[in-house]
Amino acid sequence: MGRKILLEKTGIENINTYEVYRREGGYSAVEKALKKMTPEEVVEEVKKSGLRGRGGAGFPAGMKWSFIAKPEGVPRYLLCNADESEPGTFKDRFLMEKIPHLLIEGMILSSYALGCNTSYIYIRGEYMWILRILEKALEEARQNGWLGKNILKSGYDLEIYVSPGAGAYICGEETALIESLEGKRGNPRMKPPFPAVKGLWQSPTVVNNVETISSVVSIVNNGGEQYASIGLGKSTGTKLISACGNIRKPGVYEIELGISVEEFLYSDEYCGGINNGKRLKACIPGGSSVPILPHYLVTKTANGEQRLMTYESLADGGFATGSMLGSGGFIVFDEDQCIVRNTWNFSRFYHHESCGQCSPCREGTGWMDKVLKRIEYGKGNMHDIDLLVSISKNIEGNTICPLGDAAAWPVASAIRHFREEFEWHIKEPVKCLETNYGLVKETELEA
Amino acid sequence: MHNMETREKIQFKPETVAEINRIISQFPQGKQKSALLRILHIAQHEFGNWLSVEVMDYIAEFLNIKPIEVYEVASFYSMYNLNPVGKVVLEVCHTGPCCLVGAEKMIKHIEQTLNIKPGETTSDGMFTLKTVECLGACGYGPMLQIGEDYHEKLTIEKLDNLLNVIKNKNN
Repeated sequence: MGRKILLEKTGIENINTYEVYRREGGYSAVEKALKKMTPEEVVEEVKKSGLRGRGGAGFPAGMKWSFIAKPEGVPRYLLCNADESEPGTFKDRFLMEKIPHLLIEGMILSSYALGCNTSYIYIRGEYMWILRILEKALEEARQNGWLGKNILKSGYDLEIYVSPGAGAYICGEETALIESLEGKRGNPRMKPPFPAVKGLWQSPTVVNNVETISSVVSIVNNGGEQYASIGLGKSTGTKLISACGNIRKPGVYEIELGISVEEFLYSDEYCGGINNGKRLKACIPGGSSVPILPHYLVTKTANGEQRLMTYESLADGGFATGSMLGSGGFIVFDEDQCIVRNTWNFSRFYHHESCGQCSPCREGTGWMDKVLKRIEYGKGNMHDIDLLVSISKNIEGNTICPLGDAAAWPVASAIRHFREEFEWHIKEPVKCLETNYGLVKETELEA
Repeated sequence: MHNMETREKIQFKPETVAEINRIISQFPQGKQKSALLRILHIAQHEFGNWLSVEVMDYIAEFLNIKPIEVYEVASFYSMYNLNPVGKVVLEVCHTGPCCLVGAEKMIKHIEQTLNIKPGETTSDGMFTLKTVECLGACGYGPMLQIGEDYHEKLTIEKLDNLLNVIKNKNN
């Protein structure tokens, strides 16, 4: 069994209640931090841990914290990003449902480290029932003295509130999240100024993912060095992976960063292999925005080395032959799945979710959606493939926020690795509506 | 300042007003607009599953902000209905991961059973079918949401059962 940090106690009955969470050692990290550590020391431990943002970007959390501006007399805010909208990702939901107090404990520690006296959890509107779970848990924490004024007689005051979104993928982007929390449309802001300087209500703000904040509990309890000793190289600690698609055991798994993709995909401890005895066709390892990998690049890199579940190894080969760990949304495709149809599906998603602020994204996502749809329905022509590549290149890097890149990469990578399948759809318009292209290169499987 | 007659009828229940004041108190003085998204959810629930212009004007007045500030938010987020919908809204996820495990089959089945297309409401006003983008249930698809509830790992049988239970409950 792999090592568990976040899900270590999720199997314990009623761990979602305050009593059981506390009995199992919960809130001891808050006691330790507030009684024995300065905020700077907490930041230092997080830096030592090497913890990287678990929402998708993988930016070192301790460094992000150290950027926060500290002007006199201006409040600072910690915002927890519980928007979880990246297709393939459903890990934060699992954590908040099973063990809500872990997130609250992490919020207290992180708020203390950053010097915030009010913090918010921004949760996607569709998770309204989880908002209720969190509000109940927050009330329990408040009644037991973990929130409010002068917590543990330390002189530190903190309130935490939960606020919902209302159905917009873009609000997972940190500046759009801030806009949304201010009661506005989720249009991302230009950077600079960065949220660390001017964020919520123009005050210094840090936005961290649910899993990132929850990981701080173990770092404070056991020290940053201990956390850094888990994992591999710069991919320290554990990561929640939400696995879905055509696998035997879809679900949320905690892995020690550094296990092989092969183990994750095929062992019974995790995904349990491809469902119904079928073969692997492709995999998107880090949520819908990251490049798709054809079967021959999933468990091995282009150099023939074993591919590992780390930020570095999944990115090995760059965008030519690699992908990204991203949010940990691990999407598996069996041999019967149509890459063109799936690529069109994701393009429709990004078209729907574009906020419309930047023309390359607003127009480009709609254009790709339209072109992919006509290819899928047997009405495309050969120029369409290069047209898609050209549109994706013109979106990438030309927008205020990364949604443009997120929309461009899946299309570009699908064409890069499955061009023949796109061509087949165009050359065989009748057949493509009746049958599936299947595995692209049968011979490579045998080799 | 539309139809004054209907406007007068729009009013939150006293317990809702208390709940909204609790929510507003979570934000600093003068930042009451931050409560808008949540208030719109509550209003939609209380005023028949959708947000009319009158309801939005009422909320603007309640929060002391301009009506346009409410309209632009209500029209941005996909969970708000700006037109009347059925008593029960079936929000079926049709994003990639759910489609890998049969979401399209489920949508087709609902279309045939209820004789409506996505975006339409049954003639008795009972069901509206809405296709929605990823709801974060990718490992438990196909799935649909009704109100706050997720219905996951759907099969044709489960779907038929669910529709029957709803129909019986509302007869």
